This record gives sequence, structure tokens and C-alpha cells, in this order.
Amino acid sequence: MAAKEFDIPVLPTYIEIPKINEGAMEGDGPFKASKEFQNPLGFPGEKVDNWQEVAIAKMGELKSKYRSVQVFLDSCVKCGACTDKCHYFLGSSDPKNMPVARQDLFRSVYRRHFTFAGKHFPKLVGAKELDDKMLDDWYNYFHQCSQCRRCSVFCPYGIDTAEISMAAREVLDAVGVGQKYCNQILGKAITIGNNLGLPEPALRDTLLDLEEEIEEETGVAIKYPLDVKGAEILLITPSADFFAEPHIDGLIGYGKVFHQDGVSWTMSSYASEGANFGMFIGSYDIMRKAALRIRKAALDLEVSRVMVGECGHAWRVAYSFWNTLTGVGAGATDEFGLKLQNQLDSRYPQPQHIIEYTHDLIQRDKLKFDKSANDDRTVTFHDSCNVARATNMGGIPNGQFILPREVIKAVCNNYVDMERTTIKESTFCCGGGAGILTDDLMEIRIKGAMPRMQALKEVEKTDGVNTLVAICAICKSQFSKVLPKFDFDPYMIVSAHQLVSEAIVIDKPQTDDSEAEVAEESVAE
Amino acid sequence: MSAISTLFTALFYISLVIFLVGMARKIYQYWITPAPLKIPTAPTPLTQTGVVMRMAREVVLFESLFKANKWTWLFGWLFHLGLLLVLIRHVRYFWPGDLPEIFLLVQPFKYAAFAMVIGLIGLMGRRIFVERIRYISAPSDYLMLIMLLVIGVSGAVMTFTTNHTDIIMVKEFASGLITFNWADLPTEVYFLVHLFLVFVLMAIFPISKLLHVPGMFFSPTRNQVDNARKKRHISPWALKQEQEHAVKLEQTLGKDE
Repeated sequence: MAAKEFDIPVLPTYIEIPKINEGAMEGDGPFKASKEFQNPLGFPGEKVDNWQEVAIAKMGELKSKYRSVQVFLDSCVKCGACTDKCHYFLGSSDPKNMPVARQDLFRSVYRRHFTFAGKHFPKLVGAKELDDKMLDDWYNYFHQCSQCRRCSVFCPYGIDTAEISMAAREVLDAVGVGQKYCNQILGKAITIGNNLGLPEPALRDTLLDLEEEIEEETGVAIKYPLDVKGAEILLITPSADFFAEPHIDGLIGYGKVFHQDGVSWTMSSYASEGANFGMFIGSYDIMRKAALRIRKAALDLEVSRVMVGECGHAWRVAYSFWNTLTGVGAGATDEFGLKLQNQLDSRYPQPQHIIEYTHDLIQRDKLKFDKSANDDRTVTFHDSCNVARATNMGGIPNGQFILPREVIKAVCNNYVDMERTTIKESTFCCGGGAGILTDDLMEIRIKGAMPRMQALKEVEKTDGVNTLVAICAICKSQFSKVLPKFDFDPYMIVSAHQLVSEAIVIDKPQTDDSEAEVAEESVAE
Repeated sequence: MSAISTLFTALFYISLVIFLVGMARKIYQYWITPAPLKIPTAPTPLTQTGVVMRMAREVVLFESLFKANKWTWLFGWLFHLGLLLVLIRHVRYFWPGDLPEIFLLVQPFKYAAFAMVIGLIGLMGRRIFVERIRYISAPSDYLMLIMLLVIGVSGAVMTFTTNHTDIIMVKEFASGLITFNWADLPTEVYFLVHLFLVFVLMAIFPISKLLHVPGMFFSPTRNQVDNARKKRHISPWALKQEQEHAVKLEQTLGKDE
């Protein structure tokens, strides 16, 4: 597949709903997974001969296992409320990127095979056969959906295109047409433990280097412990935090906060990944497999709290799904789930987000900040889609919007929000979620980023915003790449904990005191 | 009884049975299909009371649609509200004998038919003239609106023009359907068309997009409490799977081979 030439959208003064441009994003979709990536996940290595039969059977199975799929396929009245809500449609003007039209790729086949009207009057109700062209459209357009759920906020029946998109990807995998990016990464995540395929020695080296760097810079020995049995907190963070910019500065921030609180913590080399791509491909079983690694790590390391780093989809899986998948939380029935529940600290609803932890310390006056360290910045916050629309923080209504903002405001003086209709539950996705963050999808990534970039341009003009904060590894990677395409500084995207890291006042090792203690002890002896 | 009265009487029972059986089957299907994961959409209610309030706002005020598009909301809400009032006013035809006084309350809403028709015309206009909505519309989407428009307009014609029909006869026919005292019905064309299309509507209810009515109550993004990390939510099939393939932690979960 040769890289297609395309125009980078010009940022309008306000978001206009584009005129539809049929076929604008037609194509072959992202690279397909070869059998070396398909087979380990239990998917056929190539498109199976009786693929139509397999696909229809899979659709039938999915609609009987997922109420969302069954109800959403039936309920749509084509009112059009969602048609102007998807960032990919706003950026690309391809009508098949309107949420309802995207769902209709799947719904039309559902109607043809599973409904009375579609079986007998297909033309009347827009029912269609699943032919090669349709399957190609599925592959292409269901990989232009970042499962960000913005459409679901506005749908009068709550129809969530993400659910349909996950189901479609599951059917595609079942017939042997999987996406390389997701499936390759999943293979690494469920065998090695992280998406990068980073083995334990490499991870250990990286963390040691990081410790050295920080000590040189701050004069304080801040530790990044790995596989420490008996630590209080197990931190599960996206593996991008170990390497990528600007993610790593967030990891530095977490370490400083833990250090300052004096808590013992660890990461796990067995479960060194927060992100769970099992969700992207809609597979309950693979999502569970990845989540079970975390449960095993928590048990093996005998920790009493599990904490999740800055990662959007990770937090959705951790907050909304972990308890269901593995019984990390309350109410598990299997032996290991129960064992973990007994082991975990009952004061903390499990799991916790690192933002909840830092926020709590700030509330209790445990952290000191020099906010002026961030005075060169005027900051705005990008609500990451899956955090914003699928989770909570702090157990208070809308806590997922409130807590990150309070943490940011506690560490910097200049904060503004972007336009109301582009934040909180109406936030625009960065354009890179759910398996789209791959170079072979660069066109849709750039076009899909347009609505967010437009809102950012607005606050840049009016308030001089020069820093964009996100709490999601995908958002950070995506923005680093697309910001320059829209004439922004690629380094303006930072982790929330990078701002924390810059402003936090770390206690220097108190040599005098400890010497005095030693002296006292020796006197006592 | 005239042949046409017999036909319409039969049609009533046939469409009623299709409606009731079809809806019962659909609702049963929605009921038994598990929602294996917690997927409420923000702003998420953290309590059951919160869910009830959210549902009430959705059903009564069309809250999400209001957020999405003011015109669609306006026409959609006008239509549904008009339809509701019109339906309540129709109870008097089916009620054998004198109507309880409570129904006098809807008596002033005779003009609700206009709200209904205006709403429908607005929705049709959007479907025809807004490019995006035209793109997603199938013939059945237009037909549904046309059918509702004809029902609404034919009803309004009988109420507000001189093409009245014999109300007493209508009441005898309609209440007769309920009490099985079958009677003749008036045969004015407006009335027959009106009645016939209502029967069609009842019959297609369980096999069309009109399923949005039960569907919205079963929508997991709207009817779930956001409490996944406090209370375990698990579907029967996932639990079964979990117990059948109990995890031995000593075993590898796909460790390096």
C-alpha cells in the first residue's frame, strides 16, 4: 500500500459541518495481520474460504452475547443527531465516517440476515449482503473509528458506535482479516507483558538509567522499583511511559510523588503494560488474558494497592472492566480473585488512578509545590476520550473531569479550558485511539485531529495557551505527531505528572538529622 | 355486520396479536441478552436513583437529543408529545360507557394533532433537505414518516373540517372491539384510511425501527449504574467460561515459549 498524498485540513475559525464527500476516505485500510500475528491470538491466518458463513455466524453469536449490539442494531431511527459529532467525519467529510453510516455498514448486513423486513424487503429497509466490497468497507471504516464514544453522548438512545466497531472487528478477526498493528501488539502484550515487547532485563536497564538521570538532575535518589515483593503499591502504566517522549516525564513525575509520600511501590516486569488492546479488537477473552497478568503480578508481588498510570483506554479497562474480568475489586468468586481481595487494602476502592492518588495527597497537604516553576506555561487540558466518557475518578459525580483539572491547577498558575463543547463529556478524541495510532493510518489520524486542533488554536489565540496536557499515552503520541502539521510546537503536549514533576518540592536527604539519629541510637546503646 | 366492518374487525385483532406477540418476543430477547461489561456513557450516574432520573429525562425531555441538535429535538419532541396527547384523547373511543373524569384533563389538547403534524413535517423536511440525513435514509424511513403523516392528517381532517365521521358509531365499533360486542364502523374514506394505517403501524412495530421504544430502556449506555469497581458485574456466559477454564496461576498465561 503506497502512502497516499493528501491535504492537511486548514483550521477553520469555528467547526463547520462539512458537505459530504463520498469516497473521500475510501481505501484498503491499515496493514493486515499475517498469520504470524493472527494465529497466536487464535484467529485464522488468512481470509477463510467460507468467510461469509463464518462472519454471519459470528454476528449471530455476538448479538446474543452483547445486549448493546442487539439493542443498538434495532433501535436506530436515523434521526441524524450523531451525523456531525464524529471527529473523523468533521475532518474527512467522508459520509461513511458519520457514526450512523459507520454502524449501518454492520446494521445493513444484520438486517439482511437477522430481521424479517431485511430478509423479505431488503431494498425497502436498506439491508445489504455481506460481499467482498462490504467486508472491505468494514475493514476500512471500522479502522477509522477510535471508539471514543462521542456519538453515544448525543444519541437519544445512547447508541455507542464503539460497541458496533468492536463487534465488527471481532467478526473481521474471526474470518482471518485482522489488523496488523493491534494484533502484533497484543501478541507481545500477552506473552512478554507489554506492548513494546520489552523483556525484563531491558526494562530494568531503562529504569536504572532513568534513576541515574534524575539523581544527576535533582540530587535526590528517586527510585523506580521493579518486581519488589511486598511493596505497598503496584503501578501499572502504559509501556510508552518507559521510553516515549513526552510520556517519560510523566513517569518521572509519578516517581517523585511516590518518593515524596514515602510510600513503597513497584512496577512488574510480568505485567508491565497498562494499555489493553484487547478492548480495541472487541475480544473479551483476550482483554481478560491481559488483565489476568496484572492480577497475577499483584498476587505474586503481594501488594496492597493497584494503581494505574496516565493511559486512557487502560483506565477504562481498569476502572470499568477489571472487576468484571478478573475480580480486582469486590465480589470475585474464584480462588485467586478472593485471595487478591483479602490481600488488597480495603480503604482503597481498587484500582486507583495515579491522578486520584496525587489529588488525595494534595488535598491532605502532603505535597509542596513551587507553582512558579510552571509560570512559563499557559495550560489547557485535553480530556482523553475513554477517561472522560467511560470512567470516573474520586467517586464523585464527574470526578474524571474535576480531579485532573484540580491537580493541574495545584501545580501551575495559568490554566484555561478549551471551548465548552469540545471538552469533558463532549471532548474530541485526539484522533489516534483504538488501534489507529499507526503510521499506515496517518491520513485519518491527521484529519481526525482537526476538531481538537481547532479548539486548541482558539485558546492559543485568545489566551496564549502554549501547553496541552493529556493523561493518555495514545493522546500524547498522537499529538506529538500531528501538532506540527497544524503549526503547533510538538513539545507543547505534556503529561499531567510532568507539570507535577516540575513544580513539586522534593525534600533533600536530611543528612544532619539522620546522623543525629544514628548518634542518638548509639547513645542509647 | 357489513363485510368491511368484519374485515376491519379481523384486521384489528390480527395486528394487535402481531404487535403484542412481536413486542413480547423482542422485549424478552433484550431481557435475556446479557450486557457483559459496564459501559455507561458520561455523565454517568453513580447510583440507581441517578439512573432513574437520567432515564426519566431521556424519555420525557429527550435530553441527549437536545444536546445534539435543537431542530431535530424540537420537531421530534413536538411529534412525540402531540402523539401522546392524541393517543390519550383516543381512549374515549375504546372506553365502554362514560369516560372517567380524569380524561377531561386532556380535553383542551384537541389541537395536539397540529403539534404532531408540524413535528412530522419538520422531521420530513430535515430528512429531505439536510444532506447528511438524506444520505442515511432508506425508503422505509420516508415511508414511516409518510404513514404517520397520513394518520395524523386524516385524523385532523375528521376533527377540524366538515368531513366529520359518526363519533357515536366509532365509539360503538372501538369499544366493541374491547368488549367483543362487535359493531359496524363508519365507512368514510378518511376514517378507513386512518384506521387501516394504524393497524399497519401496530403490525410493523416489532419489526421496524419503532423498536427504539423498548430499545431505549434496554440501552446499556443509559441504564447502567457506574459502580463497576465497587460491585462485580458479570454476565452468565462470562462466569460460566471463567469457571470452566479456572485459571491456575502457576500455569503460564502464555509466557515466553
